[in-house]
Amino acid sequence: MSDLLQFIFSGLTNGSIYALIALGFCVVNNTMGILNFIQVDFVTLGGMLMFTAVLSLSLPMIPGLLLAVVGVALVAMLVERFGLRPARSDNHLILVFITIGLSIILRGVIKLIWGKNRMAVPPLTPDHPVEIMGASVLPQALWILLLTLVAIALLSWFFYRTSLGLSMRAVASNPTAAAVVGIPAGRIRLTSYAIAGALGGLAGVLMTPITTLNYDVGVLLGLKGFAAAILGGFGSFPGAVIGGVILGLLESLSAGYLSSAYKDVVAFVVLLLVLFVRPKGLLGK
Amino acid sequence: MLQIDKVSKHFGGLPALSQVSFEVTEGQVTALIGPNGAGKSTLINCITGILEPGAGRIAFRRQELTGLKPHQISRLGIARTFQNLKIFPRLSVLDNVLTGLTGKGGGSLLMAMLRLPYLRHRERQLKLLALNALDRFALTDKADWPAGILAYGDKKRLELARACVSEPYLLLLDEPVAGLNAEETADIAEQLRILRSAGHTMLLVEHDMELVMTIADQVVVLDSGRCIATGTPDDIRRNPLVLEAYLGSMEATA
Amino acid sequence: MTGKEKLLYFLYLHRTGLTVTVLSLALLLYPLYQSNPYTLGLSNLIAINVIVVLGLALFIGFAGQISLGHATFFGMGAYGSAITTVTFGLPPWPAMVLVATLVGLFAWIIGVPILRLSGHYLAMATLGMNFVFHTVLLQWDQVTGGPSGFAGIPLLTLGSFAFDDEVRLHYLLWGFALLFLLLCLNLVRSGVGRGLAALAGEETAAAALGVNTQVAKLKVFILSAVLAAIAGSLFAHTYSYISPDSFDIFVATDFVIMVVIGGMGSVWGVLFGTGTITLLPEWVDFFETYKDFVHGGILVLVLIFLPQGLVAGLVDMVRVRMVLRRQKYASDR
Ligand SMILES: Nc1ncnc2c1ncn2[C@@H]1O[C@H](COP(=O)(O)OP(=O)(O)O)[C@@H](O)[C@H]1O
Ligand SMILES: [Mg+2]
Repeated sequence: MSDLLQFIFSGLTNGSIYALIALGFCVVNNTMGILNFIQVDFVTLGGMLMFTAVLSLSLPMIPGLLLAVVGVALVAMLVERFGLRPARSDNHLILVFITIGLSIILRGVIKLIWGKNRMAVPPLTPDHPVEIMGASVLPQALWILLLTLVAIALLSWFFYRTSLGLSMRAVASNPTAAAVVGIPAGRIRLTSYAIAGALGGLAGVLMTPITTLNYDVGVLLGLKGFAAAILGGFGSFPGAVIGGVILGLLESLSAGYLSSAYKDVVAFVVLLLVLFVRPKGLLGK
Repeated sequence: MLQIDKVSKHFGGLPALSQVSFEVTEGQVTALIGPNGAGKSTLINCITGILEPGAGRIAFRRQELTGLKPHQISRLGIARTFQNLKIFPRLSVLDNVLTGLTGKGGGSLLMAMLRLPYLRHRERQLKLLALNALDRFALTDKADWPAGILAYGDKKRLELARACVSEPYLLLLDEPVAGLNAEETADIAEQLRILRSAGHTMLLVEHDMELVMTIADQVVVLDSGRCIATGTPDDIRRNPLVLEAYLGSMEATA
Repeated sequence: MTGKEKLLYFLYLHRTGLTVTVLSLALLLYPLYQSNPYTLGLSNLIAINVIVVLGLALFIGFAGQISLGHATFFGMGAYGSAITTVTFGLPPWPAMVLVATLVGLFAWIIGVPILRLSGHYLAMATLGMNFVFHTVLLQWDQVTGGPSGFAGIPLLTLGSFAFDDEVRLHYLLWGFALLFLLLCLNLVRSGVGRGLAALAGEETAAAALGVNTQVAKLKVFILSAVLAAIAGSLFAHTYSYISPDSFDIFVATDFVIMVVIGGMGSVWGVLFGTGTITLLPEWVDFFETYKDFVHGGILVLVLIFLPQGLVAGLVDMVRVRMVLRRQKYASDR
């Protein structure tokens, strides 16, 4: 029984991370209609900036976290403005290829600055497990759950209460509406990248104390985030959250009860199954 | 030859075609006219299998077309042009016309990779056909140009050549002279007349009333997805309903 | 026509055949001129990659979809040959045919649902497939040898003649590469190839002209998988040792970069793209450190400026220039 609870907790923790990354994928997909491969490196970059902020600049945890998240958002905007925008192509094949290229470059930059070694990022609060109903839970896991909820709340506020957010949703459902509303397309693209970067960065900051940090940690996390987005229905925000949680749970339960050797495969088996059986996902239109 | 029977098509609840019925007779030119948004292109897309009609049936030489894939329909001998040009810009002009003969080349990937003598022979024959078609549409001297850099008028003719080259039983032409100047229009009209006298069956969607009236044997008028009149060009010219729905508005804007 | 014009016309008419002949001659004589085993080893690696990239270029170029999973088929060929020859003791050549057939079947089975997906879903689905495959290679160690790899794969032989040194392998591998190059050239110049090119340009128009788009895509997908599998088998028999890292998602991405540099759907471009990316580390000293910048940078810049791919894009530009010049010349006269 406490085993089950333990698995559920760890599933929820990982699931929250996948949800954050999945949301990042969705935001860019909804405003630009493309799959943003760079998302995976935003995750890595978040962890790296946190590492530098806390260990090299000796900032306290919370300012470090904010710095890392804002830093990734800035990088994401730069990437959009100077990497993607010059293409001026509307061929999706080419745009997706370009994001693959930019992702490789960004990974190269990260490797150059932080090296190839594995590093450890300290958790937000010291690692003294807490007992909850017989399951022992790391404080970091609680932070993850809490901050994911905060991020989702902020995101909902942005998309449902601010005029920029509302118009971004309008663009998502009807591209020609953008012109009618009179919002420059560039600003929308930039904002969506900033949001995607912040979400990815936050995921990285929160997750790397639990995994370890190296230059391609984001690839696997990012791909799982994508699987979560597909599972929920690509482009749907609630779908991304639900998909993330379900994926996290499936993963930890199968690792707990079946075999942990193939734990990382679960996400992709789910991804392939969903794509074959119901490509629009659980909540897709 | 082509029977269209109570065909309807909705786009998200909005009717684009409702209960359209008419027949295209072998060896004749049937013109399909109607204001913009009347559903003419939608009907052509339904015939060629790009869209699935919501209701009704379409039969071609007594064969049911509904439910067939576009490539199957094409192989029955129905060729078409597109209202908004769909040529292949990176292929040469000659290759563009040759794609019109896809149904006549071998379909096997393996055979094509081996390039056996019989295939080379067939390829030469197809090339002759294509060169003939280019000749008819006065494009021979541009045969090796990438099609993307042709002038608009040439592209229109190229698309027509591509549709004709396979000698289809039925030609569906979606606004073949839209956007052309008077001289180019006369050129195409001449070609259509030649095709007609050679016994080709055509369904011609066109705005140019002069062209329609001189070339068509039968005219079908669509308005807001409904078939409001069918008859000879003279009947149509005198039909008050048509005058109101279509010619009137044309004259008003002209 | 003057003699010179006649000659030029002859060259133009037979350009494909002539280029293939010249290339074959050059490759035939190459080992006489270059005997350094290291250099030959590199060119052999290019030959293996060319076989994979040929199929992938046709798939990306003609189906208009991205596969980030072709290292899977490559790896299936390699591990398939290793397992059938070492574990089951089959002779290498029949094993190779068997493995290629099985991989073709596999591609067919997964191709039917996978090709229904639109562009970027497919990219991720294939990436996921490659990831699963790599994990299986690492984890299923009783069969694959796990992270430490699979050793002791027999050399290829013809009778008592073994392909055991770089020169012999040169002839073997480039023989295969040229054969497949020729087959692919035949394909793109045939009616079927035109149908595929049409499919790449405008799917609806291609369908209206009688191209069975779904089946055509599936066929090219299977073809590309089979080519990758054969390349994988050759890879295994060439090096006698394989490990999972040669078949991970980064390798799959590198294959895609080779395609983009050469040009999507361009057969000749494949030689250039594969050669460039395989040789880059040799030419550029600082490459180890800056590999990602070079790879990513090339990908991004090529796509921004020549979306058709470097070679294909340049060829297109030259064609247009030539036509315009001829036209100007004609009107001047
Ligand atoms: N793919 C589509 N999705 C939604 N509506 C469409 C689509 N194609 C056409 N329509 C609508 O159907 C109607 C008929 O269009 P169309 O057949 O193109 O008219 P025409 O060719 O007679 O000018 C128009 O109102 C158009 O907006
Ligand atoms: Mg129309």
